[in-house]
Amino acid sequence: MFTSPHLNYGLLAPILIILAGALVGVGVEAFVRKTLRATVQLWVALATVLVAVVDLFIVRNQRSTTIAIDSVTFDGATVFMQGTILVLAFFALLLISDRGSFVAQASAIPGSQDEVSADLEGKSQTEVFPLTLFAISGMMLFPAATDLITLFVALEILSLPLYLMAGLSRRRRLLSQEAALKYFLLGAYSSAFFLFGGAFLYGYSGSLSLNGIAAAVAASAGNDIFLLLGIIFLMVGLLFKIGAAPFHSWTPDVYQGAPTPITGFMAACTKVAAVGAMARIFYVALSADLVQWRPIITVISIITMLLGAIAAMTTRDVKRTLAFSSIAHAGFLLIGIVALNQSGLKATLFYLVAYGFATLGAFSVVTLVRDSAGEVTDMNRWVGLGKKSPLIAGAFCLFLLSFGGIPLTSGFIAKFSIFTAAYEGGNTTIVVFGVLTSAIALFFYLRVIVLLFFTEPKSDAVSVSIPSPKVSFVLAASAIVTIVLGVYPSILLNTAQSFATFLR
Amino acid sequence: MDISNYIYLSAILFTIGAIGVIVRRNAIVVFMCVELMLNAANLAFVTFARINGNIDGQIASFFTMVVAACEVVVGLAIIVTMYRSRRSASVDDASLLKR
Repeated sequence: MFTSPHLNYGLLAPILIILAGALVGVGVEAFVRKTLRATVQLWVALATVLVAVVDLFIVRNQRSTTIAIDSVTFDGATVFMQGTILVLAFFALLLISDRGSFVAQASAIPGSQDEVSADLEGKSQTEVFPLTLFAISGMMLFPAATDLITLFVALEILSLPLYLMAGLSRRRRLLSQEAALKYFLLGAYSSAFFLFGGAFLYGYSGSLSLNGIAAAVAASAGNDIFLLLGIIFLMVGLLFKIGAAPFHSWTPDVYQGAPTPITGFMAACTKVAAVGAMARIFYVALSADLVQWRPIITVISIITMLLGAIAAMTTRDVKRTLAFSSIAHAGFLLIGIVALNQSGLKATLFYLVAYGFATLGAFSVVTLVRDSAGEVTDMNRWVGLGKKSPLIAGAFCLFLLSFGGIPLTSGFIAKFSIFTAAYEGGNTTIVVFGVLTSAIALFFYLRVIVLLFFTEPKSDAVSVSIPSPKVSFVLAASAIVTIVLGVYPSILLNTAQSFATFLR
Repeated sequence: MDISNYIYLSAILFTIGAIGVIVRRNAIVVFMCVELMLNAANLAFVTFARINGNIDGQIASFFTMVVAACEVVVGLAIIVTMYRSRRSASVDDASLLKR
C-alpha cells in the first residue's frame, strides 16, 4: 500500500517561493521582449526574494522536524540562516543587475565577430537572474536538510548555477571561463567525496537521516572504520565548499575570474549555506563522536587561518586578496564548529552575518574601481585612491577593518564571541592561534589602508566611477550594518541567541 | 560470494577515479573520472542497502544518477565553451589565473 508523504507546505514555502520565482524567470526569458527583459528579470527576482523574506518572517516561530517527512528541519538555525541568505542575496541581486558585468552572449567565442555583433545588438545574458534564484533555493535547503540525500541534492542545486555564472564575465572572458572550468571540475570532485562519505555513514548506521546516524554513533553500533571513512570523506566535501585549507586552492582563482557581483554573491551566501550545513552535520549527527573529528577540524582550522592570513600578503590582486581573506574567515568559522556548544552556534550565526555584509560591501567597491577597459583589480593601481575618492576608499577600509576585527566594527564582535565560545568549550589552543592569526591578518589589512590613503597616487591611477543608485544602496547598507553591529551588537546577538538551536 | 567484496570494488573504483582526476590532462577525461567516483559511491550505497536490509541506499543511488546527469549538462557546457575559445580541452592550458 502506498501512502503519500505529508509535506508541510507552510514551512517549505520560503524555498518553494524562490523556486517558483526562478521558473517565472525562465518564462520571462522565453516570452518577454529583449529590450524589457533585464528590467523585468530584476523585478521578478527582487520581488521573489522579498516575498520569501516576508513569508519566512511570518513563520519564524514555528518549529518542526518533519516538514518533508524527516528530510528537512525547520528550527531556529534554519530560520536564521535562510533569512541571512535571503537578505544577502537581495543585495547581491542589486549588484548583479548593475550595468555591464555580464557577457552579451556566453556562447560567442571571445574576440570573434559574433561577440562584437552580440555586443552591438545590445544583447545581455539575463539568465543570470533565474540562475541566481536557483542557487539561492539550494543554499536555503542546504542548512535545513537533515538527511544525506537531501544534503547532496541541495549541495548540487546551489553549486551547478554558480559554476555557470562564474563563466559569464564580460571582460577578460578567457579568465572567466577558466574560473568556471576550475570551479566545476574541483566542485564535482569534492561532491563525489561528499557522496562517498555519505555512503559510508549510511553503511555504518543503516540510516540516511542525521538523527539515525546520531543514534548509531551514540550506541557505537557498527563498524568504526566505516564511521571514520564516512566522516573524513564527508568533511572533504564540506571543507571544499567553505574554502578551508587544504581544499582552498580553487578559491583565489574562481574569485578572481568570476564576474565581481557573482564573486560577492558566492563569497557571502555560499559560506552561510555551507557553514550552516556543516554545523548541523557535526552538531546533530556526529556530536557523540567528537574524539575522532574534533582534533582534525582543530588542525584544519588553524592551518586555514594561518594560510589565509599569510597568503593574502603575497598577492597584488584585490580580488585574490579578498579570496584569501575569505579563506582565513573559513578558518575562524570552523572555530565555532569545534566549540560544539550553544554559544558556538550563536557566534557562528553572528559571524556569518557580519562577514557576509562586509564581503558584499568590499566586492561592491571592487566593481566601482575602473579604467577604460573595465574593472581594475591590480593593487598597485589602487594606490592613493583615498585622496581622489575618500568616501569609497573609506568604505573599503571600513570593510577591511571589519575583516581584521577592529573594535567598533561587526568583525570584532564576531571574532570576540566565537573565541569566547571556543574558550568556554575548553579549546584554548585554537583561541590562541585565532588571536595570533588575527594579528597577522591585521598587519596586512592596515598595509592596504596605508596604500590607499597615505601613498601618493601614480600617473596610471584608476578612477572610481560614479556609483549607480543600486550600488550606492548596497554599499551604504553594508557599511551601516558593519558599523551598527559593531556598536550595538546586542540587537543581533540576542536574536542569534534565541535562534541558535538545532532541533533533533 | 561475500558481499563485502562489493565494498572493496567500490573503494577501488573510487580510488581509480580520484587518482584519474589528478593525473589526467583532458578535461573530458577528468570529468569521466568524477563520474566514475559518483558511480563508485552508488555501488557502495546499493551494497550497504543490501547489508543493512533497507532500501534507503537504493533510493539514494537514484538521486545520485539524476544529479550526475545534471552535472553532465553543466559540465559539458563549460568544457565545450572552453574548447571553442582555446581549441584545447587540456586542463594544463587553463593557467591564466596566476596573479
